[in-house]
Amino acid sequence: MSATRVVVTGLGTTSPVGGDVPTTWSALLAGTSGVRALDHDWAAQLGTRIAAEVAVDPTEVLERVKARRLDRSAQLALVAALEAWADSGLGEADIDKDRLGVAMASGIGGVQTLLTNYDALNTKGPRRVSPLAIPMLMPNSPAANIGLAIGARAGVHTPVSACASGNEAIALGIDMIRLDRAEMVVVGGTEAAVHPLPMAAFGQMMALSKRNDDPEHASRPWDKGRDGFVLGEGAAVLVLESEEHAKARGAHIYAEAAGAGITADSHDIAQPDPVGRGATRAMEMALRDSGMEAGDLAHINAHATSTPQGDVAEALAIRNALGDKAAENLVLTSTKSMTGHLLGAAGALESLAVVLALRDRVVPPTVNLDDPEDIGLDVATSKRTLPEGDLAALNNSFGFGGHNVAIAFRSA
Amino acid sequence: MATTEEIRTDLADIVNEVAGVPADDVQLDKSFVDDLDVDSLSMVEVVVAAEEKFDVKIPDDEVKNLKTVGDAVAFIERAQNG
Repeated sequence: MSATRVVVTGLGTTSPVGGDVPTTWSALLAGTSGVRALDHDWAAQLGTRIAAEVAVDPTEVLERVKARRLDRSAQLALVAALEAWADSGLGEADIDKDRLGVAMASGIGGVQTLLTNYDALNTKGPRRVSPLAIPMLMPNSPAANIGLAIGARAGVHTPVSACASGNEAIALGIDMIRLDRAEMVVVGGTEAAVHPLPMAAFGQMMALSKRNDDPEHASRPWDKGRDGFVLGEGAAVLVLESEEHAKARGAHIYAEAAGAGITADSHDIAQPDPVGRGATRAMEMALRDSGMEAGDLAHINAHATSTPQGDVAEALAIRNALGDKAAENLVLTSTKSMTGHLLGAAGALESLAVVLALRDRVVPPTVNLDDPEDIGLDVATSKRTLPEGDLAALNNSFGFGGHNVAIAFRSA
Repeated sequence: MATTEEIRTDLADIVNEVAGVPADDVQLDKSFVDDLDVDSLSMVEVVVAAEEKFDVKIPDDEVKNLKTVGDAVAFIERAQNG
């Protein structure tokens, strides 16, 4: 446990259920699904023709010339980051920007720019490849563009660990502040991979739900009828700050980003460890790192993507990490039941949901859980009130490659 | 053949599309870099769009000579007439 406490002082998102934090949070509490049938022409040929696209297109929010120089993943990141930045009040504060960093993750990076330019190369020739293609498609583009927008001059980073990326960015931000490499770090994740190639590729892995006729019910973590995840897009950002820095400027503190645990399965490139050993160790490490006991946890926002193997392995890992009593006493949820799976942005959006759950003492529901697996844990199927007093919670994210990242938060 | 003014107007639309510069600001005496704030990557985009629009070739070696809007319009006129 480190002496430097890290707190959350700003939040921003653009998600499948809302274009900002207030609309996203109220939609999650109301159990609103952002999954829709895709009406793009390209979708017709695919086995999966549903996804959770953002509720508000970023080109409606960003200036046109700005937007055309950014891949969609960076557009989404910028929208979320500017909301979080404004929310933090740091833009108006007298701060040392040499002490301001960014850790903005992406699972796949500027894939739409890459593929669009490859199409241009093949159909029109090399002269039609955009001179902006490299700065748009590089995975660090969202982080770099956020850094430019807010003037960050400490480290600007892009952790990449598939669907654990967003959480890894938060873990990195906590470390940067604890190690005194920065006093303020804008952290989060972004993803914009609703495109025929990633969808076809995930489809070939048998990873996606094919519930094409019933999109709002396709993402159903822990339900026996689950048949894969639903691809989502969006971005979420948290502003992290040393508690000392936040208090000195009288900032509003949402919660403490208390610690993190990062492990690897070393089991398989795509399949989770069947009993979730790496996930168990990540949760144990997060508790140790944050000075928490298992019994302190009131809530976990699970990774639970609605895949047959992963959801059950995670439930087992939670039980193994916390012990039966603590595991059964906390309120579990998977907001992916509403947002779909935002890949590299998932950990960030779900951490944002955990922070708001601690603030408002209410856990958003897991929708579509009609015929639950017998995991023996208390899954909120409608929004659930949390008790008074000090609260702690975890957010889990796991990624292809065997990456496991758990982040621990404490109520402010 | 297009007149100088027609070429300037079409080029102004391209510069507006690429760099967001108001089309009315794109006058013959204006420097792309110093007056219109068109950076080097945007200039490549302008050149490629102009090649398509005016059906001309603008070699990479020539781009550095196109300092003003007037330079570009004159080059396009010569290329079209050539």
